Amino acid sequence: MTAGMTLADARARIPDLWVETADTRGDAALLDAIAEDCDRISPVVMVDPPDGLLIDITGCDHLFGGEAALRLGFSRRMQRAGLHVRTVIAGAADTARALVRFGRIAIVPPGGDVQAVRSLPVAALALPDLQHLTLLRAGLKTIGELADRPSRLFAARFSEAMTLKLARIQGLADPSLAPRRPIPALWVERRFADPIGRNEDAEAALAELMSELCSRLREHDKGARAVEASFFRTDGAVRRIAIQTGRPVRQESVLLRLFREKLDALTDPVDPGFGFDMIRLSIHSADSLASLQESFDGREAELNEISDLAARLSARLGAGRVIRFLPEDTHDPDRATRAVPVAFDPVASGTWPTPAAGEPPMRPSQIFRPPQHIKITLVEAPDGPPRRFTWRKKEYEVKRAEGPERIMPEWWRAGAFDRTRDYYRVEDSGGRRFWIFRAGAYGGNTAPEWYLHGMFA
Amino acid sequence: MDIALGGGMTRGGLHEIFAATMMDEPSAAAFTITLALRASNEKPIVWVRQDFVGLEMGEVYAPGLNELGLSPDRLILVQARDGPDVLRAAEEAARCSSVGAVVVEPWGNPKTLNLVATRRLSLASMRSEVPLLMMRAGGAPIPSAATTRWNVGAAHSTCLEAEAPGNPAFTVSLLRDRSSAPGRKWVVEWDRDRRVFKDISSAPSTTLSGGMVSLPVSRLPEARAGTG
Repeated sequence: MTAGMTLADARARIPDLWVETADTRGDAALLDAIAEDCDRISPVVMVDPPDGLLIDITGCDHLFGGEAALRLGFSRRMQRAGLHVRTVIAGAADTARALVRFGRIAIVPPGGDVQAVRSLPVAALALPDLQHLTLLRAGLKTIGELADRPSRLFAARFSEAMTLKLARIQGLADPSLAPRRPIPALWVERRFADPIGRNEDAEAALAELMSELCSRLREHDKGARAVEASFFRTDGAVRRIAIQTGRPVRQESVLLRLFREKLDALTDPVDPGFGFDMIRLSIHSADSLASLQESFDGREAELNEISDLAARLSARLGAGRVIRFLPEDTHDPDRATRAVPVAFDPVASGTWPTPAAGEPPMRPSQIFRPPQHIKITLVEAPDGPPRRFTWRKKEYEVKRAEGPERIMPEWWRAGAFDRTRDYYRVEDSGGRRFWIFRAGAYGGNTAPEWYLHGMFA
Repeated sequence: MDIALGGGMTRGGLHEIFAATMMDEPSAAAFTITLALRASNEKPIVWVRQDFVGLEMGEVYAPGLNELGLSPDRLILVQARDGPDVLRAAEEAARCSSVGAVVVEPWGNPKTLNLVATRRLSLASMRSEVPLLMMRAGGAPIPSAATTRWNVGAAHSTCLEAEAPGNPAFTVSLLRDRSSAPGRKWVVEWDRDRRVFKDISSAPSTTLSGGMVSLPVSRLPEARAGTG
């Protein structure tokens, strides 16, 4: 039985064959789960669909006692999970990819890539069927035979892509690979011979890692903007917790506090299960501190304190809940301001208009999104403000009014309101000031509707 | 009144502000913001608000605050899901001495808001000297460690030409004050340009005549000026 065989053929050979429909989605999910688990070997893991994984172990193998031990350990781990895997360690991604499917070598010694792929069949190049067939007809059966000939021959006969593939498979050119997770700028990790199951231990390990990370940051003269802690459980599950700061930080106490806030606020706490066997801290975004020297200028220190406070609150409540407002250039009251998370943008400032001296506020201090429907119970003139209106089952008597202020729909924007609005500022008999509007006009196709949009001070 | 309020509020401490009725929440909130504005010494203001207040009485609208005199650049809004989150965030903010003032607005009477909680907040605020103004939208007074307790409602503005509503006006009464007798009441108007409250108590508050009242800042007992 081989892959790609038709079902009828297979049944002919094995009459009582068990047949299952291919579950490509399930396979992809499994592959992704394995990739997640492989993150413990190295943070640079790439999925090579449909059934392969590429792990960049540059500089990682010594942690596992050498390449051979790493390979063996990995295979055993997979076996325990009920998976049979073939693994190859080679100098280049495509070399390993070809060898694992067509070769018999497990570990290619450094610099041996060209030699290792010589005996592989040309099928290892994964060329289009027609090109593959042409090569076979020309009597070229192995990669070695191709490599012996000048590459411009193939470039002319086939395509540049083919010669590139040939160079890559020999480890002579590096393909651009897309890791499944962003590669951290800097990371530190700790492996535990005995998995740790107590949260206090995990926290202590986190603190140690943090101090290591911060000293690395000092070496590079950088500050962290985004840090991620990954907790690797023995059963393969990985839990990741990320924090963000508004300014580059490299004080362990500040970063640790952010993590504590975040961990405290989790609705589903980090569960050690049978224990963590590895914890990694990685920095995904770092900025140089040069621009933010730790000055003794009071203003600077104040800004930093505010930024740290915002980062702590964001870690606890979520970045979208700690916000500041920027002005937008539009007449649409619903779009006149934009909320931005402080954690991402601590110093952003817009130019807010200076209110005209002596004028009362023309915009409410609180606004209803969406505007609330009100019922008009008494109007004097059809085009004027109402004299009485009902909102939430209570009637309000208008004593003073100003308007209308006409706001036209911004039809060129998606999602803008579609009827001209006439806004009125009104004050009721109790002194409360409302911002109401009429959508549409009398005498049109549809009757106008009244809404309460905001409340003034 | 300005001097009295300003002097009384600039130092750390917890101050409670109640809305006369639910419908007065926007007025009370705006009054609180103007107090914070005066007490904050040009530093950032942190406003911690429970989500439900926004749903019920309207979300914070930056252009409107700008017109009250608070540049939105100085405002950090913290939206909290529930009472415990509100109190926790408020305490955190009140501990940070770089903050100018903290406005905290839970909804109703959260279970965790009790005498102990208010004492914690009050202590945090005293230590950092960051005034903490607690807006109690839809809440009933409970025993608390607050230094002062206010009740704020909307008041008729002194109207402009053509019966147009004028500057923000509030009915303010002092329900409790640690250092002097409570029970005083003012009607004040907020003058954004000068950042002061003007006392308009003696003007007939229900007037529709449109006359512009311009009263001097009234002299209230100076005793309040130095109290914390």
